[in-house]
Amino acid sequence: MAEKKIKSLGDLTALAGKISESKKNIKARVLICMTGCRALGAELVANEFREKLSAASLDDSVEVVEVGCIGMCAMAPLVLIEPYDVLYGKIRPKHVDEIISATIEKGEILDKFVVKEDGKPVAKISDVSFYKQQQRQVLGNCGRIDPRQIDDAIEKGGYVSAVKAITETAPDQIIEDLIKAGLRGRGGAGFPAGLKWKFARQAPGDEKYLICNADEGDPGAFMDRALLEGDPHKVIEGMLVAAYAIGASHGLMYVRAEYPIAVEHVKIAIVQAREYGLLGGDIAGSGFSFDLEVRMGAGAFVCGEETALIGSLEGKRGMPTPRPPFPATCGYKGKPTNINNVETFANVPLVLSMGPDGYSSIGTEKSKGTKIFALAGKVKNTGLVEVPMGATLRQIVYEIGGGIPDKKEFKGAQLGGPSGGCIPAEYLDYPIDYDSLQELGAIMGSGGLIVMDEDTCMVDIARYFLDFTQSESCGKCTPCRVGTAKMLKMLEAICRGEGKESDLDELERLGEDIRKASLCGLGQTAPNPVLSTLRYFRDEYLEHIREKTCRSGVCKDLLHYVILDVCVGCGACKKVCPVDVIAGEKKQVHTLDQDKCIKCGQCYQTCKFKAISR
Amino acid sequence: MSEIKFNINGKQITGSGGQTILEAALDNGIEIPNLCHDPRLVPSGACRLCLVEVEGLNKDVTACTHKISDGMVVSSESEEVRGIRKTILELLFTEHQGQCATCDDNGECNLQRYAYEYQVSDEIIGQCQPVEHADNYTTGNKALEYDPGKCIRCGRCIRICDEVQMDTALTFMNRAGKTEVTTAFEMPLNESTCELCGQCISTCPTGALYERYAKGKGACQDLKRTMTTCAYCGVGCRIELNTNTKTNQYVRSTSPVGIIPNDGNLCVKGRFGFEFVNSDERLTTPLIKRDGKFEEATWDEALDLVANRLSEIKAKHGADSIGGLSSAKCTNEDNYVFQKFIRAVIGTNNVDHCARLCHASTVAGLIKAFGSGAMTNSIDEFKKADCVFVIGSNTTEAHPVLALKIKDGVVNNGARVIIADPREIDLVRFSKMHISQKPGTDVALLNAIMNVIISEGLEDKKFIEDRTEDYQLLVEAVKDCTPEWAEPITTIPADDIREFARIFATASAASIVYSMGITQHSTGTDNVLSVANLAMLTGNVGRECTGVNPLRGQNNVQGACDLGALPNVYPGYQSVEIEANKDKFEAAWNAKLSPTKGQTVVELMHGVEDGSIRGLYFMGENPALSDPNLNRTRKSLEDVEFLVVQDIFLTESAQYADVVLPATSFAEKDGTFTNTERRVQRVRKALDGPGNSRDDWQIVCDIANRMGYPMSFADASAITDEIAGISPIYGGISYDRIDDVGLQWPCLDKNHPGTKFLHKDGFSRGKGKFHAVKFLPPKERESKDYPFVLTTGRQLYQFHTGTMSRKSSAIDQKSPTGYVEINTADAKRLGIEDGEKVEVSSIRGKVVTPAKVTDTINTGWIFMPFHYHEAPANMLTIDALDPVAKIPEYKACAAAVKKI
Repeated sequence: MAEKKIKSLGDLTALAGKISESKKNIKARVLICMTGCRALGAELVANEFREKLSAASLDDSVEVVEVGCIGMCAMAPLVLIEPYDVLYGKIRPKHVDEIISATIEKGEILDKFVVKEDGKPVAKISDVSFYKQQQRQVLGNCGRIDPRQIDDAIEKGGYVSAVKAITETAPDQIIEDLIKAGLRGRGGAGFPAGLKWKFARQAPGDEKYLICNADEGDPGAFMDRALLEGDPHKVIEGMLVAAYAIGASHGLMYVRAEYPIAVEHVKIAIVQAREYGLLGGDIAGSGFSFDLEVRMGAGAFVCGEETALIGSLEGKRGMPTPRPPFPATCGYKGKPTNINNVETFANVPLVLSMGPDGYSSIGTEKSKGTKIFALAGKVKNTGLVEVPMGATLRQIVYEIGGGIPDKKEFKGAQLGGPSGGCIPAEYLDYPIDYDSLQELGAIMGSGGLIVMDEDTCMVDIARYFLDFTQSESCGKCTPCRVGTAKMLKMLEAICRGEGKESDLDELERLGEDIRKASLCGLGQTAPNPVLSTLRYFRDEYLEHIREKTCRSGVCKDLLHYVILDVCVGCGACKKVCPVDVIAGEKKQVHTLDQDKCIKCGQCYQTCKFKAISR
Repeated sequence: MSEIKFNINGKQITGSGGQTILEAALDNGIEIPNLCHDPRLVPSGACRLCLVEVEGLNKDVTACTHKISDGMVVSSESEEVRGIRKTILELLFTEHQGQCATCDDNGECNLQRYAYEYQVSDEIIGQCQPVEHADNYTTGNKALEYDPGKCIRCGRCIRICDEVQMDTALTFMNRAGKTEVTTAFEMPLNESTCELCGQCISTCPTGALYERYAKGKGACQDLKRTMTTCAYCGVGCRIELNTNTKTNQYVRSTSPVGIIPNDGNLCVKGRFGFEFVNSDERLTTPLIKRDGKFEEATWDEALDLVANRLSEIKAKHGADSIGGLSSAKCTNEDNYVFQKFIRAVIGTNNVDHCARLCHASTVAGLIKAFGSGAMTNSIDEFKKADCVFVIGSNTTEAHPVLALKIKDGVVNNGARVIIADPREIDLVRFSKMHISQKPGTDVALLNAIMNVIISEGLEDKKFIEDRTEDYQLLVEAVKDCTPEWAEPITTIPADDIREFARIFATASAASIVYSMGITQHSTGTDNVLSVANLAMLTGNVGRECTGVNPLRGQNNVQGACDLGALPNVYPGYQSVEIEANKDKFEAAWNAKLSPTKGQTVVELMHGVEDGSIRGLYFMGENPALSDPNLNRTRKSLEDVEFLVVQDIFLTESAQYADVVLPATSFAEKDGTFTNTERRVQRVRKALDGPGNSRDDWQIVCDIANRMGYPMSFADASAITDEIAGISPIYGGISYDRIDDVGLQWPCLDKNHPGTKFLHKDGFSRGKGKFHAVKFLPPKERESKDYPFVLTTGRQLYQFHTGTMSRKSSAIDQKSPTGYVEINTADAKRLGIEDGEKVEVSSIRGKVVTPAKVTDTINTGWIFMPFHYHEAPANMLTIDALDPVAKIPEYKACAAAVKKI
């Protein structure tokens, strides 16, 4: 292996050239998402392509590449064909023959597989609104390279920024550049990454550690997973720069065990980077040494909090500790430690390649660069979207996300995962960045973005998120452990119609105290969904309390399905009722046994005559 | 520490650098409410009650975790933080489902106090309902109980188990509202790694953890706390006896944090070992044996009988036909009076006590080498030593609270602990290196270690030159003792000996800790001399965190020796064979004293056999279980013409007595104990003695008076004043000086501050003396019939002959009976299963006991604890004695193990 080691920047660029050269014969590449899309049969599709291409003796000139997330998850399984840049969705093995003969052999676009906008097929991926409105730079390689082949990453310029940095730039300069670029931590709180590095660098001690926080715990957020699965080398490259900047020789990547593909890809990437001498001793002839190991988390949400994460790495129960001391001075094993999130590290090579000025030209005054959001909920194009800081909710939800399905109304968006807040429609055109979200009572968090429409009950949604954070409370500090449970109890009572008006003030008072008094971010942000919905949707709470109604029809205890006289006796509702509580002769007004009704709402959804009220 | 000035609630106060806001505030008498804080623990900021506002910070901080800085402006009573605090208290009360009225902590519970101060709403407190609890890790445990309903999840129990005890038996389970304290995998407490130290109870801020024994025996507010000294091992933990004055019963033990020497820490015996005080089996009246049966008697009858019989024997067979065993369990005052009685009233030096069986060789050896036979340094120094060499001391089991300091040094100060012990003792978990020498080969090992040090030039030449003499004798003696020579003797690979020697010799401050593994051999004195040689060779004497540190086994074995309960010395180690000393004591005591040294413990027993000993008087000693070769010992007890036993229970030895005299226990009398670090500490009366029991010294005085020697003291303090007058090392000791913290001898006069470590500028004898010590094997070697080496010792839960510790329900449940430890391979070969009863025998006797199959002892060696009367290890041990110290060889004899 010794001859494989890269000894200088020149070696690396030469290697990139050599890799390109070796791919000269490739006429087309079939990129198949093998991460998220795997669940929907991508593997079978890939096998079919390989078999059929081989049968057609095209396997020398057409490459089947298993890639990471391409982004438009609503269309899975996705196949992207280069050089035509045509994106096909919902592909099954049976479609493969046709794609080979038409698209690969003849360059013809098959309209039936491509994305439709306003009923019209959009052939090229770059013309699809979902992508056109994005600025995919951190995710640039995701879905374009085989994450298990370091050569793919190197061909695309991987590791150049890092090798340049560690061979040519002083650590302090790198940190200054990072500060100047304005990169803020993508894990949620948005602390300036450069400052964090500076603290770790300045902390006294020879033994320092670097940790990558890949414990992506927010339900619905999966940008870190996508990066690790689709472009692990970009994260490793960022870590390499950080390690050099702060003076760490040992790095740890804490990945949640629920991400087996991410773990596998990162482990492969580490081995391959070592083989090229991009990890280990004397990296790229710089004299700097750094190596990395992967550790798996056991599924506690709180372990995404940096001090709890460190505790977990040390073999303790994952519980946060008070700061100060900050990890920068006293972290893993009591040594100076720098922790950044996956997406933050993935931004680092970009900062270096674009330069601080180039990088900071993207975004808003205080939030620079792009941010990846995990778009989910009541929106047509769910998936990962990367937009510059300062993009508006409208751009994300309507232009990229394609709007709300079934012509429903946008009601609000939960930003920042379960610890975030709910932003109502009136702020659709508000530019989104760290500070504006804070102002609105939400947080950037990890970038979860859940769209809600008129069918979403805001009291129920607050209860739902609080139920999650409260059950994930580690139990250490009183406000979070007991306070969130108390809030939850009150919300549950309101959802049952048993709330009192004074509960709302009490929820606000308690929520504020929990925010102020909790030990870590989990407790400090847990009341956010409640406080923000109380701020923007108080009338819905009052309806639950005063009128005992839930306008969205979600809170079952407040629902009473009644068949009205306008019933034509079509029998549709009777057919769908899972518990057979609807009775009535054909063409007669039906009746519904309230006592046995489980309030599933099937009848209500089915009735075409609006003859059922709730 | 730098001084830091800051402002709190408008008041300017001063703290020291590194302090938290809470620490500085408390030091200045300002209380900030807190529940998860314990000064022994790393602050965790869990309860959030101590939130304060700090000017310039954008959010409130916990005072327990936030460090002070110059000019800081803190507000701990602002409306906002008081509001938050009230919220937190109300939240705690939705979780805390206890009823104060039936809680043991009633009156001392901070949660209760804060609830009052902050006027937590009645509505919330009213919600508290006792709830049915599922079984938890303490269900069925007799030591302690955990009530999750009262638990506020502050984590102090878990943290103290982890950070101070380093036992890591406890953890949280579940999350959020379901969070509870438990053991790993929720196993029952006694099956976990728990050592039953009960530190968790001591730190619990509410009544969620409590001693099961104490439940219902008195709420805190009804109990009297008497500060005294623990009656178990020689560490001398300061302990508060919590007693209910209405019932005259002992309820529980507590210990305040910050106190010397134990900082509030106690072990299983200190915490759970005092049920014996309340025992129905306590002696309450004198007993006289008539026709082989004990009959109750009045004090006058009993005392007259004792005085008359002793006088008769003295008259008929001479003073030297009477011997007395004083007690390492009794106070200094008791011991002083007892030895004075034997010397001045009986007229013989035949007084000894069980130090003969534990550290006689220490006293003999260290006096030869250094001129003083006690632990050279102090307990607290272990936590700062660079290296601690532990040989023949099962520290965590025999001296648990002292071991905390060693563990603290390892974990928090990077100290290297190196251990030479035949068994893989618990402390090995914390050690840098462990070697297991075959029992009885310590001199070979130590000589080899010194051979390495000298041949590699690692000795401290300057120390040797300036402070010692006869170095050449040592060089000659160890010249040929190479590691290769020692390997077949000790079974330790030569290279391991080398590595071990280097770790020790290269340490900047190395301390040697030893105990009975060194002393209880027929070569005990040689072993001690070798240890002294090693310390001097490396310059590790006379400095802080170094020294030769024999750990004394019983609460007052140091004091009993100091006070002359030894046949060769008067109080203060003044030899009876020096004319001037005799003259001094004759004058002081107004009596004719014997010029010859007396007989030792085992010699006294053996003396019965030839009729040279006719009368024996035991004060708080139990040779019928503690002496070696019990068959022979018991025969002597049966045969001796007149035996008086003065004790708190009808012990195995008392059964043989002609007269039994009921004494008060440590909980019922005033006095002093001297701990292993030479610290003289107060013992205080917390209860009235049961029935007609009397203080030991009082009984002895009563007998003396009846024998025509007037002896009386106003109280225990007056005895100490007499001691100070004639024993120079105790010259400055008086009760008023040790009311709060004990003094370490030598304490020569009323202004002397006591002595933290010995031999600072010069050895007690002038120069330290090297001795040439040659390896001699144990007296009894393994044979075809007795192929195992049997070694004996203590275990954590029990103490000595179990007279006190076995009365504890908690201890009895955890450690109900004896056992023999045998290596897995040996057990397999003999077809013995773990827990199976086996016969262990030596040429002197046999016992049946369960086998404990383990890998912590090497093949060919077996171990038995000696506490259990039903399986007495001393049936098997050999009564071969060290020629100088007359200590028996408890630590090595030949034995057989048979499946039955």
